[in-house]
Amino acid sequence: MKKQAIFAISGLAVLAGCATYVAPTKEESIQTVKSSFKERGPAKLDRLNQTEIQAVCSDAQMMGKEVPKAQREALEKKTLATIKYPADGKFLGDYKQGERIAQSGVGLQWSDNEKTVNGGNCYACHQLTEAEVSFGNIGPSLKGYGKLRGYNEATLKYTWGKIWNTHAYNLCSQMPRYGDAGILSEAQIKDVMALLLDPNSPVNK
Amino acid sequence: MIKQAVATTMAAVTLGLAGASALAQGSAAEGIARYREMLQDGNPAELTVARGEELWKTKRGPKNVSLEQCDLGLGAGVIKGAYAQLPRYFPDADQVMDFESRIVWCMVNLQGMDRAAVTKSPYSGAGQRQTDIEALAAFGAEMSRGMPVNISQSHPKERAAFDRGRQAFYMRGGPYDFSCATCHGVTGQRIRLQDLPNISSNKPDADRAFTTWPAYRVSQGALRSMQWRLYDCFRQQRWPELVFLSPTSIDLITFLGVNANGAKMDAPAIKR
Repeated sequence: MKKQAIFAISGLAVLAGCATYVAPTKEESIQTVKSSFKERGPAKLDRLNQTEIQAVCSDAQMMGKEVPKAQREALEKKTLATIKYPADGKFLGDYKQGERIAQSGVGLQWSDNEKTVNGGNCYACHQLTEAEVSFGNIGPSLKGYGKLRGYNEATLKYTWGKIWNTHAYNLCSQMPRYGDAGILSEAQIKDVMALLLDPNSPVNK
Repeated sequence: MIKQAVATTMAAVTLGLAGASALAQGSAAEGIARYREMLQDGNPAELTVARGEELWKTKRGPKNVSLEQCDLGLGAGVIKGAYAQLPRYFPDADQVMDFESRIVWCMVNLQGMDRAAVTKSPYSGAGQRQTDIEALAAFGAEMSRGMPVNISQSHPKERAAFDRGRQAFYMRGGPYDFSCATCHGVTGQRIRLQDLPNISSNKPDADRAFTTWPAYRVSQGALRSMQWRLYDCFRQQRWPELVFLSPTSIDLITFLGVNANGAKMDAPAIKR
């Protein structure tokens, strides 16, 4: 029965005058991508091995669909359990350093070298201080972040987790995993935290 | 002329900074728009186009022939309108090729040049003169100016290139988890003050993304090709280096081209 159906379909295709087209599978497409890049500087080929979340979120966006709720919640929960909080329990560093990190967009490109100090590039996507007018809009405005959310333990912990690995809270967020992927050091994350949550930071003025 | 435009823009941006933030950003954006408008007055790409035309017509390579017998898809020697219908499938090579791939194919097969040597440094460095491939791409695009983009999807390999290109466009990877779609999948987004075209689902944006490359990049003082555009996007995406003329480069250019079908070519353009 199945075979008959296939014959009938191929018959139709021939009648319609179209060559049979078999779309490349997802695996074939990804294999083609992997064959099209070469290592350069700090950018090695293992960067093209997708994590489970990268793969799930790529598919969802391509199909214009949400990740099913149960799968999303399970992956978020799993991610939440991997967040490393500061060893000394101190969440805030120096907001002036944090501003420098927020301004810097270098690091991890093949044009960078092993000595490049990675930036956070926060302004690429977020508004932060009143003074910096050159900010992007891919992420929400964070102006007045601490003042609006309160300088409390829950906010400190949530914000740390969000910077460490945003996927714990929003599975397919476009924000990089600053802690989890090793983009920023623990000390740098503390400085960015201070930019957001120190009452004296220009973000909260 | 360009220097004047830059100075004016800087003034506009500085004025903008003096105001309140929202107002300042508005003024800065306006200043940038004005800067872009003024840039249209003169395009240094014209010089590169002229050199590309000369390269097209000059007898070169071990076989000492010009590229005037190169078949870019519209028959041997036809360059008018060729850029606007590439990438396409070529039976002689049994593969889909973009403009730059096909030019290299002709340099190798027609002129007898060595492929590895031709493709070793496809992009000019800072302060260097434009590479032959860049010059030929500029000339090719100029010869399609004003013509509608018409990328074929009739051959199975052309359809496969589009489908793989679409998959590559949405593929998140690397330490930043970025795909092309991270920056180019939503309308109205900016990085800093730079507007990001929504290439996947906004027709006017998709049109501009394909029809305005190659382009003269004022900030780099150089003409850049479509292959370069993808290569530099992936650098910022924190991926490894996209290999010049690689299958994924052609797949993505096919994806971009099909999404821009019907739009009028407007390259070489001039950009920030």
